[in-house]
Amino acid sequence: MLVLLIYILIFVSTYLGYKAISHLFHAKTDFSARKTVTFGDESSVTSNKAASVISIISLFFLWGIFTGSVITPVHMPGPFVGETTFSYTAINADGKTSDASVYVRVGFLGEDFEKPDIPERLEAGFAKDDALKTKAWRSGLIRVQRNDEGGKQAGYKVIAVNGQTIEPSQSVAVADGTVSMTKKGSLSFTPYKGLQMEPIWLPPPEAVVQRLIEIAVDGYQNVTLAENIGWSLFRVLMGFLLGSLIGIPLGYAMGLNNWFRGWFDPIVEFMRPIPPLALIPLVIIWFGIWEQGKISLLFLAALWIMTISARAGVSGVSISKVHAAYSLGASKLQILIHVIIPNSLPEIFTGARVAMGVCWGTVVAAELVAAEKGAGKMIIAASKFQQTDIVIMGIILIGIIGFSIDMLMRKAEKILIPWKGKG
Amino acid sequence: MTFTLPNGHSIEALKNVSLSLKKGEILSILGPSGCGKTTLLNILAGFLSPTHGQVSMNGHPVVGPAPERGMVFQQGALFEWMNIRDNIGFGPAMKGEPKEKTKKEVDTLLETVGLHGFGEKAVYELSGGMQQRVALARCLANHPDIILMDEPLGALDALTREKMQGLILKIWQETGKTIILITHSVEEALLLGERLLVMAPRPGRIHKEYALPFAKLGTEKDLREIKKHPDFSAKRDEILTMIWEMEEEIMGKKA
Repeated sequence: MLVLLIYILIFVSTYLGYKAISHLFHAKTDFSARKTVTFGDESSVTSNKAASVISIISLFFLWGIFTGSVITPVHMPGPFVGETTFSYTAINADGKTSDASVYVRVGFLGEDFEKPDIPERLEAGFAKDDALKTKAWRSGLIRVQRNDEGGKQAGYKVIAVNGQTIEPSQSVAVADGTVSMTKKGSLSFTPYKGLQMEPIWLPPPEAVVQRLIEIAVDGYQNVTLAENIGWSLFRVLMGFLLGSLIGIPLGYAMGLNNWFRGWFDPIVEFMRPIPPLALIPLVIIWFGIWEQGKISLLFLAALWIMTISARAGVSGVSISKVHAAYSLGASKLQILIHVIIPNSLPEIFTGARVAMGVCWGTVVAAELVAAEKGAGKMIIAASKFQQTDIVIMGIILIGIIGFSIDMLMRKAEKILIPWKGKG
Repeated sequence: MTFTLPNGHSIEALKNVSLSLKKGEILSILGPSGCGKTTLLNILAGFLSPTHGQVSMNGHPVVGPAPERGMVFQQGALFEWMNIRDNIGFGPAMKGEPKEKTKKEVDTLLETVGLHGFGEKAVYELSGGMQQRVALARCLANHPDIILMDEPLGALDALTREKMQGLILKIWQETGKTIILITHSVEEALLLGERLLVMAPRPGRIHKEYALPFAKLGTEKDLREIKKHPDFSAKRDEILTMIWEMEEEIMGKKA
């Protein structure tokens, strides 16, 4: 909730700030600058570069302030770490009361530290001081009655903490945390948790980067990062290539021949809406969990998309182009090679982009289910050991790779089919 | 020519259309929409086979598209994935003619249609008028005996259209090709038709035929001069009235 509020606040304040100062450093000089109607005119709405940059920065900013990262100068209040103390009052079987202190030391998870020392006290009643060590975001149970004189007698009980009365299942706020009493009458100290996220939920960005470097160099579970990602990419490419190899000719045949279209239409139309992930169990039963299974799955994921795009590409050839080619003396084969195939390339490329995206998503999911190596395998293995930094690193890498694949396809499209959308 | 519709009804698109053309003639076909002009042209080109009757050319029947009958379409029939040179040289390339020879021929044709130096451009870099010049040149490169044009200037603006009309006449005169041209514009039909067929709808048939002097004149004089010719405006009014009457008849039938 707080995160959302801060995010909205950043959004609004940077927007207002940008509006206030933007006219100072550049006046709009493009074509839409002279337009008076911009609300509702889609063509005059362009993506604001500054907004994109600030958007990304603010995401990292939020990530930083809630994880105590080194990348942000300010942070949300962190958990209490260090030494603190509180006192309690106990009553014994005789009806006498006595006060004692509990000395607490709080450290981070994974750190090695000792219980604090108890200073000597001259006038001591039957209640004796205690020492407790606990960890940030955790709580520590202390049985104060154990070292108190008469602590095991029936009438003994703790009646107050820091002078405030306490009963079982109640809690009292003390310095740097809260003390609560269990049903059986023991005390439990919970240090102040702050507003930051615990690293096992969300590690700070630098921890993720550090993990990235560590895993890129040493690998994770004896598999290097390059190997993991390489295997995922290899599966995607193999599945996509096999799918295209069968799918594109099949699509052409369906676009050019009645029998082929009639024969394969029901199959394609039935298989197309099935999400490839739904095929994972069957593929595992048939082909096992090894490469053959995954490549078969990706082949099926790419096949229908490529078939449909090739068929659409053939249908998209304007009849006047085909007529023109015939009356220029081209044979059927020449029309296929020189007219139908080049004319269907834009559609096929669009299909290829979709297929690559689907394959990339499917391979990660398939690796989550069962794999020896791969990006998905890496993050599912890390999640079992609560290595959240590796999980986040993996997710970011998967995103970057998926995005890069799409960008590469777009680049290739621009180079290979410059006439797209200009016909 | 009868089309059977999916619902079992049939439409008589053309009925008793009979015409013969001499080599080197230029014929324009005019008529209200739905009179079967395009169907007629598709039959002539060999893209449709008629339900009755036949088309013969050079003494043999027409059974399908062939390079002896070149087509120029309204628009969008160029191959965007090839540059202008390859578009024009498509026909010879399909026949497997030597590249050097084709290159020279394409250069000459580019000159003829006024696109010198545009050979290496992409199709989408050219304006609509220029693209139609390319379509014309592509058709000529194949040395057809007859050129069939289906509203070749229909998508062009008035100014470009006038220039292109001059170009068609020039090509007709220089190459002596037989040309059949379909148009919606009465002026264009008058200017580009040594013979002019006015067709009537329902069923599509030849309504009237004219023999006109304007195409011949157009090869010598400026086209705008011809339009001032008293016969020109008289013929134009006559034909316009005729077509208007047909249109009104259709509307009347509908109502």
